Amino acid sequence: MSRMIRLILIAAMSLLPIGQAAGEEQAPATPLSAELQRAVIDLTSDDPSVQEAAVARLVERGDRKLLAQLEELRLTADRNLRLALKTVMDLLRNKLNLENPDPNIRRSAAIDFGPLGKPLAVPWLEAAFARETNRWVRYSLEESINLIKLSNPDPEVRLAAAVRLGDLHSQNALPALKELAQADGDLQVQRVAQAASHASEQIETWATWTGAIDTVFRGLSLSSVLLLMALGLAIIFGLMGVINMAHGELMMLGAYTTFLMQEAFKTYLPVNVFDYYFLLAMPASFVVSGLFGFVLEATVIRFLYGRPLETLLATWGVSLILIQSARVYFGDLTSVAAPTWLSGGVQVMVGVQLPYNRLFIIALATVCVMGIYLLLFRSVMGLKVRAVMQNRDMAGCLGIPTRKVDAYTFAFGSGLAGLAGCALTLIGNVEPGLGQNYIVDSFMVVVTGGVGKLGGSILAALGIGGLNKLLEPSFGAVYGKVLILILVIVFLQWRPSGLFTIKGRHAES
Amino acid sequence: MPNHEQHGLRTDKVMDAAKSRLEEALNVTKQASNVRGLWFWTIGVVLLVVLPLLNALPFPESWWHVSDFMLNRFGKFLAYAILALGIDLIWGYAGILSLGHGVFFGLGAYALGMYLMLSIGTESVYGNTLPDFMVWNQVKQLPFFWMPFYSFGFAAVAAILLPILFATIFGFLAFRSRIRGVYFAVITQALALSAWLVFNRNETNLGGTNGLTDFKKVLGFRLSDPGTQRALYILTVLCLGGAYLLCRWIVNSRSGKVLVAIRDGEQRVLFSGYSPANFKLFVFVVSAALAGLAGALYVPQVGIITPAQIGVLPSLEMVIWVAVGGRGTLIGAVLGAIGVNWARSILTNSFPDLWPFFLGGLFLAVVLLFPEGCVGIYRRISSAWGAFSDKLRKKPLVPAPGSQKAP
Repeated sequence: MSRMIRLILIAAMSLLPIGQAAGEEQAPATPLSAELQRAVIDLTSDDPSVQEAAVARLVERGDRKLLAQLEELRLTADRNLRLALKTVMDLLRNKLNLENPDPNIRRSAAIDFGPLGKPLAVPWLEAAFARETNRWVRYSLEESINLIKLSNPDPEVRLAAAVRLGDLHSQNALPALKELAQADGDLQVQRVAQAASHASEQIETWATWTGAIDTVFRGLSLSSVLLLMALGLAIIFGLMGVINMAHGELMMLGAYTTFLMQEAFKTYLPVNVFDYYFLLAMPASFVVSGLFGFVLEATVIRFLYGRPLETLLATWGVSLILIQSARVYFGDLTSVAAPTWLSGGVQVMVGVQLPYNRLFIIALATVCVMGIYLLLFRSVMGLKVRAVMQNRDMAGCLGIPTRKVDAYTFAFGSGLAGLAGCALTLIGNVEPGLGQNYIVDSFMVVVTGGVGKLGGSILAALGIGGLNKLLEPSFGAVYGKVLILILVIVFLQWRPSGLFTIKGRHAES
Repeated sequence: MPNHEQHGLRTDKVMDAAKSRLEEALNVTKQASNVRGLWFWTIGVVLLVVLPLLNALPFPESWWHVSDFMLNRFGKFLAYAILALGIDLIWGYAGILSLGHGVFFGLGAYALGMYLMLSIGTESVYGNTLPDFMVWNQVKQLPFFWMPFYSFGFAAVAAILLPILFATIFGFLAFRSRIRGVYFAVITQALALSAWLVFNRNETNLGGTNGLTDFKKVLGFRLSDPGTQRALYILTVLCLGGAYLLCRWIVNSRSGKVLVAIRDGEQRVLFSGYSPANFKLFVFVVSAALAGLAGALYVPQVGIITPAQIGVLPSLEMVIWVAVGGRGTLIGAVLGAIGVNWARSILTNSFPDLWPFFLGGLFLAVVLLFPEGCVGIYRRISSAWGAFSDKLRKKPLVPAPGSQKAP
């Protein structure tokens, strides 16, 4: 045994001009077999074929144990050997990962093979392809196989690979295909080049479409946040004629509640329940913002009834105070870690992956809209709210406690803002100015959507959120926003009180 | 019919009482306008003559000397006061809350700022005839829309015409479709946000986040020279006086009455055969022009204009100056602009963290506790004092309307 160790040391030292002392201290726990040692030495050989053979041998024989040993060896190796070892280890690790039970790991291993471009990996990939059942892992395996084949010396093989990659719409192959399309030479090479350029065109067209789908999806998730915010705002505006400038800060309050909930879970509860903090944070942020809204209504807005412009200014004052308080207390930037069950995404087609967090936000908004619909149109409370919305005095005469309805509705709308803030932590940082980014957009939603009908707010939120994301790529975020403002103003020329309004016989409407 | 006769008698009595009340009211108004004229001239003389004189006299140690810094700061406040007059005109009198006046202020300020920028010439850091920020941004040639701003006359006219043009288009669209109240406030706020975003971009060639600054000369006079600053200050005072007289003329004219009527009942004005949209558009444009003028006076005195001074928050602050001073009174707007900005410059110097709290508190306090602003407080106190002194003199009070019950 000791003899073996000495042997290794000699081998290692002959390889490693640097750090002899380090080499002595960090002898591998289990020695390499003599054959593999020779292979390691061959890795730095000047002859490429010897090198290739060494790599192949190492990877063929390798297992997890060898990976650990090589890793240890790499720490002390010189630059040449480190580079050579890295290739070996990448190949080995990915080869091992191809048999991993987790399809995500199998897939990323398959993808990694492509850029490595080692032809010797093709048989392994093909073997893996034959036994693989998961659709996306199969896709990545095939992509990598063909990507490797693109650098095959045989033009026929290259041609077939290029055609296949085009059919696969492989985004990863695009640079290689473009390079191949530039190639010049005899007739066969030219045919390959033609096929490659055709394939890259195919891929690019596909990318345009997937990009469009991606944009729509992003627009949809932004719209969902906007919708959550604007619904609260629109209900309050419809009921009380009040624009609540602090609505964005109620959203910020919800976001900070989520952050505090996360911190509390981190500090007081075991690690394995941490992932469930978000489930608790949602109701918590609803309640916190709702309560704050209730207090705000009782202390400020109540006294300004019938003076909407003054209310606007007063609530702006509240929002200034809230922002500055958050800045003083929390500092400028805090981030919330999304729970692991919301990280990652679902792949629906080549090049389109829908992240779970955005899907979750869309689902949340949908559930909320349904809840609001039921509450407004299918409950006694909702009946009262709608009655006050249509004619406050008459509703009061019929015995509906209008002030109480105001207070509860305001609290409910504020709670919705809190929920929006909680959802927003999934896709952005938590900062004191968080609400400001969304408030103007959600006002636009309210103004465009009109008051009194849910449909108006939903349509307007979808429209403005969607347009925001749609205009962003071509006009930039800034001019997109300016364009939206212009569109809103033009739209109001045509429909001054928004998309949908309650029909009445007022001169005002 | 005895009843009838009695009725007629009482009607006569009521008529007499009303007549005497009217006369008294007219008297009060005349007195008030006399008092106002007195105030106007006193304040005018103090601002126009006394302060610059105290600044110019060569006794820098004496306690009544007004330092250059002080005079300059006051000039800034007075420029703001012009802006506040414009806001008061539309909000206090016509009831239109605009949260986008920073944009008009900014247009005026940037227009004159561009002239000042070009008049730096080769004195800039890079010694290039192009403004410094263009050299940073690798702009090789002056953009075409900068060209006319070599001329002071053009810049000065543009500083007022640009806001007018912009306000006309925007106001026409907004008032035509009868956007009003909170709708109008929200739309103008979006306008302020958009303008802020656009001015912040580098590719619009307006200096980006850093804005326009490092000015050296105006019309050949050096801006660092106290004499130039004094002249600018006096010009600002004169403009403020002119703006005040213009606003007072508008408010006291027949159109001014229509404006107040629009504020108090737009539908009735519409049904009486007036077109509120035209009146509102007119007053909105005047207000924008005043804002542009304020911006043009602000820039050479403060020496910098950045997007941060024209965005959403500054636009709201402008409204609060008017609210603090007392909206619906012209003097209130002026006092509010000076007072709040003074408080701001003190507070942001000594307690920078506290300023947002103070501002937020001010918003709340003004709206909840004293909606009429400082002028309202003064009026309440003086009327209470008047009633008190009348009581002392045992003079019968002027009967309040409604205290006599007509059948």
